[in-house]
Amino acid sequence: MADAPVAERLAQLALFADLRWPELEAVAHTFEEEVFGEGQRVIRQGISGSAFYVVLEGEASVLVDGSKRARLGRGDFFGEISALTGDVPTADIQAETMLRCLMLPGAQLEGFLLEYPAVMLRMLHAEARRVREANRWR
Amino acid sequence: MAVERPFPPGAYPVVVVGSGPGGLQTSYCLRRLGLEHAVLSEDDGPGGMFRRFPLFERLISWTHPSADVPRGSRAFEAHDQNSLVADDPELGSLVLDYLGEDHRRPSRDEMGAGLAAFAERAAIDVRYGCRWESTRRDEDALVLVTSDGEYRCTAAIFAIGMTEPWVPSIPGLELSMHYVAVSKASDRYHDRRVVIVGKRNSAFEVGEAIVRSGLRELTLVSPRAPDLARLARSPLRPWYLTPYDEHVRGAPGRYVLNASVERVERREDAYLLHALDPTRLEALVVEVDDVIAATGFRAPLQDLPEIGVATVLDGRLPALTPLWESVTVPGVYFAGNITQAAQGLRKHGVASVSSMVCGFRYNARILARHVAEAVFDIRVERRRLEPTAVGSYLVDELDRAPELTMQKGYLARVLSVDERDGVLDQGILPLEVFVDGKNDGVAVTLEFDADETIRPVVYVRHCGALQETSLPPHPLRRYDDVVYRDTLERLLAPLLRLA
Repeated sequence: MADAPVAERLAQLALFADLRWPELEAVAHTFEEEVFGEGQRVIRQGISGSAFYVVLEGEASVLVDGSKRARLGRGDFFGEISALTGDVPTADIQAETMLRCLMLPGAQLEGFLLEYPAVMLRMLHAEARRVREANRWR
Repeated sequence: MAVERPFPPGAYPVVVVGSGPGGLQTSYCLRRLGLEHAVLSEDDGPGGMFRRFPLFERLISWTHPSADVPRGSRAFEAHDQNSLVADDPELGSLVLDYLGEDHRRPSRDEMGAGLAAFAERAAIDVRYGCRWESTRRDEDALVLVTSDGEYRCTAAIFAIGMTEPWVPSIPGLELSMHYVAVSKASDRYHDRRVVIVGKRNSAFEVGEAIVRSGLRELTLVSPRAPDLARLARSPLRPWYLTPYDEHVRGAPGRYVLNASVERVERREDAYLLHALDPTRLEALVVEVDDVIAATGFRAPLQDLPEIGVATVLDGRLPALTPLWESVTVPGVYFAGNITQAAQGLRKHGVASVSSMVCGFRYNARILARHVAEAVFDIRVERRRLEPTAVGSYLVDELDRAPELTMQKGYLARVLSVDERDGVLDQGILPLEVFVDGKNDGVAVTLEFDADETIRPVVYVRHCGALQETSLPPHPLRRYDDVVYRDTLERLLAPLLRLA
């Protein structure tokens, strides 16, 4: 799977499940692929200008002030809050294994979501689930 | 008379593969540190990719003579993006000697001559005509098998460029001609209908060149729409954009399509290219006489993926640590334009210029020191600074350091501060190394902000807590005035009390 073209790998992820083939290809060419080694940081708490990421392969930790809060894996995404609000991230994201992601610069996320409302809706569902989880444990 | 070739097969601490600008710069820097190494190249002379590319146009990077700044000086490096850098001023700015009158950007031959002059005057030894063929691990050593025999080393540095044509797996695209094989004969495309797959540097370069040969129809196609705002600021703009300009103004037979290529099929003397435009229901079918795949390049990694080197972009580049080592195989390092695979912080999406000589020449210097220290325990002295001198020193670096001017947001001047050693100059390092490190200190860089305005940015780590401060831009980019110095000194005061 890691050898398959990016568009084919995107088609497997919930976030992009509603897109047709030429749209998947366009998305694959809009995002950039980045690979992080174990222990490398992807997003840094308190540092401006970060991006939106979708995990293609591998696992990452969410760390707030150095303490581990959650784990992310294939199909998960992060960085959308600071990309949309312009605020600095409130957590570090650190690769736990070799981590392969797709990256979209933060300033481009809004335009991207407006161009692909089906992705926006999928993202909204995921955000709703996160809010519900957060409230349940409050 | 037979000339004895250097570096016979055997064991060396470090083996550098490649004799392009990345290999030459790395060898020069390793030698300055006294680190013994062999340099191998399958070519028969220096120059690397500039022996072949770019095919048609001049480079997109500048070499500007300057009346104010002496050539060969550190400050001159910002005027000259193409020459390799050296501690000896006689070895710097050599591309300038070969640049034709009235030119500000070198041709391939002028660039090659500048690199050959560096190799000769700096006496960089290379075993030419020695092809690296395969690789294996042997306990702690790496073994590079070459056409001349086996080389054992602790660290291998591959400066092998992104020089191998890469074509995506689209049915029928293998029928096309890759950019590298495009004819330079001026009448080759006369009255022809041509489609170019791709919209990056090589696509525009070849499009611009063949437009001049009087072709009948030219179509550029790739899935992603060009980012016009970015293109307007791109170094490609003045050279390569005729096809795009003619398309947007409606010239007959000039098309730029944002569509994914589904397949290419042969039809007697012509080709049919089927493309899917996401905004249309039916496929677009374009009948053409020639299909050119300007789909880019990959690093010729040979069997490195088989010994575990992880790759990115469909295998086109190795995945790298911030100091250009394979993320998966220790001891395998990369130099030259492959260092673009280490992305840095990429704040606001801004990429490094490690794909260009003006970027990777500095990466090579940092890599050489890192390999010397981390692999071979050669300690390079750090200069100690008085705390009272720190403010002036840092504004001076922001003002003049060519590494910061060239590698914006990627390289930084880094000082460490602690009670025992005081303030030590850690040199120019990737910003990411400081930001993701643990030591207290300060890093200064020049960055593009969200509006693409150039600003000095200061990162201070004090008692483990990192603070980022973006300073205001200066219209003439002069940072050595009292406002910047005062701001820096205020930001640094709590930290410098440690020293």
